[in-house]
Amino acid sequence: MTTEMFLLATLDGLSAAALLFMVALGLTLIFGVMGILNVAHGSLYAIGGYAAATFGLGIDKFGLSPALYLPALFVAAILVGPLLGITLELGLLRRILGKDHVLQLLVTFAAFMILEDVQRLVWGTQPYFVSYVMTQFGNTEVLGIAYTNYQMIVLPVVAAVAYYILRYFLTKTWLGREVIAITFHREVATAMGVNAKLVSLLTFIIGATLGALGGALASPSTSLMLGVGADMIVQSFAVIAIAGLGQLGGAALAACLIGLSRSFAVYLMPELAVLTPYLIMMLVLLVRPQGLFAVTSMRRV
Amino acid sequence: MSIRLVTVALVLLAVVISHLFPWLKTPVIFSLCNGLAVLGVIVLIRAGQVSFGHAMYSCVAGYAVVFLARAYDLDGLLLIGIATSVATLFSALLGLFIVRYRGIFFGMLNLAFSMVLYSIISKFTTVTGGTDGLSFMRPRFGGLVLERDAFETMLLYVALAAALFCGILAQRYFDSAPGQALAALKTNETRLEYLGISAKHVFWMGYLFSGFLAGLGGSLFAIAQGLVTPEMGYWVRSGEFVFIAILGGSGHAIGAYLGAFIFEFVRFYAAALLTGAWQLVLGSVLIFIIFMAPMGLVGILMRRRKPIRKKY
Repeated sequence: MTTEMFLLATLDGLSAAALLFMVALGLTLIFGVMGILNVAHGSLYAIGGYAAATFGLGIDKFGLSPALYLPALFVAAILVGPLLGITLELGLLRRILGKDHVLQLLVTFAAFMILEDVQRLVWGTQPYFVSYVMTQFGNTEVLGIAYTNYQMIVLPVVAAVAYYILRYFLTKTWLGREVIAITFHREVATAMGVNAKLVSLLTFIIGATLGALGGALASPSTSLMLGVGADMIVQSFAVIAIAGLGQLGGAALAACLIGLSRSFAVYLMPELAVLTPYLIMMLVLLVRPQGLFAVTSMRRV
Repeated sequence: MSIRLVTVALVLLAVVISHLFPWLKTPVIFSLCNGLAVLGVIVLIRAGQVSFGHAMYSCVAGYAVVFLARAYDLDGLLLIGIATSVATLFSALLGLFIVRYRGIFFGMLNLAFSMVLYSIISKFTTVTGGTDGLSFMRPRFGGLVLERDAFETMLLYVALAAALFCGILAQRYFDSAPGQALAALKTNETRLEYLGISAKHVFWMGYLFSGFLAGLGGSLFAIAQGLVTPEMGYWVRSGEFVFIAILGGSGHAIGAYLGAFIFEFVRFYAAALLTGAWQLVLGSVLIFIIFMAPMGLVGILMRRRKPIRKKY
């Protein structure tokens, strides 16, 4: 492996990790509050990406200002996240809160299947690759290799900002503390006067928007096609399983671990690239079933 | 009582259909094979766990059949026996690791293992034929060299016998002490351990049994098809098994076959009309069942009294 390849793999891995981290943040936030692993989160990622690509193409077609390309990504996420988030929460998740875990998982899985076909019906099967934003930001030469500023700077910065805003929200604001209270114990929080239903809905919207944002920001640098949602849900689940459920900071490290190992696998052993998230997850869970950063929890008899 | 009636009706239906309409023989065999694998998923659902990767055991058995059939001149029945044992052994080994996990971790780890297997099979083209799969000659069956039609009829009865036997076996297992302990895993694992019963061991037994069922279904499927592709172990297949299990219901073993029959025939006739929206239909039906008839078709058959709802 040459130095250039090493550097390329590292940069690829870090930008992938930034996206992965945003999606995983949304997933783990929703899991914390509702106790449900939302498999349809992968669809939010995909649909966010498709919407962003459509906006990009629209801006190009109608000859609007190129300055709109970047804001369009965020607008796509802010439209898709709440829209689908509210639909899913009110229509499905809210109704299955007390049910059997198997059924909860299957309902979100069913939602995922439906949304997968919705993508196929709306956007067809051809891949989308709309990279105006990426070319807009240009390239920078780092130690002999040219790399896009978008992936190297914009993505990690957005991910970091999202993380710090979320952490500020959870630890410093009233609503954020209510979210944490519900994560800790829903029943007691409700008894203390927290409006669990409303807070759940808000959390779900935030989580869904993070998922859609991940997709929207991924759209300029990756090509969107059928199956990206399934791939993303597995990877982001691997991230939160490795970090331990509900560990936000740990998720950042786990995302880097998965992103980097996957991009290195692409350069070294392309056959294994798809497998790396599974393999790492298996290895970590073998040694530490609760995840790397989880604190031990009580058993309720 | 009605369960017994449905069983007899189902068996008669399977036999009559495949003799009156010979082109439906293969779908009937396939739905029996699927039913076996689904029964495996139902065993786990009774323990409150759902596996998103159980097609991997069918796939393992399928490839065991292909490799053996291509390397040695073995009898069909022997192929089924060996391939099922291989799948069972495989599930016993993986089970040692997997039974430590519950809930989403259990589901996702099964998915992870099945995806690893799927990728390995698709990538090592020289050994496994890649995504095109491997085909093999129709083997002798029970010592007889059979023509295509007679072979399929033979296979139908073998599959039917296997399905009946496994259905009864599963019911006996559910009613036995280990089977009851397995169900206790769902209600309260800690209390189970307080009784001095190892939850892991109980679950491992259940996992082994479910691997055996999926393997048996897979090996029959491989022999009926004469071709094995990695698709057999893809997560979509596993998802279908779970879907059928919910459709049929986990209250009784018959649910697996009932669900599998309906699924196979709806797909046989409707899939062509619904290309591109098949998953949408499956997803919608799944949600509908979960909200309207959470016990599945069996629940409708067995309707006795309302189960006590768990509330927060």
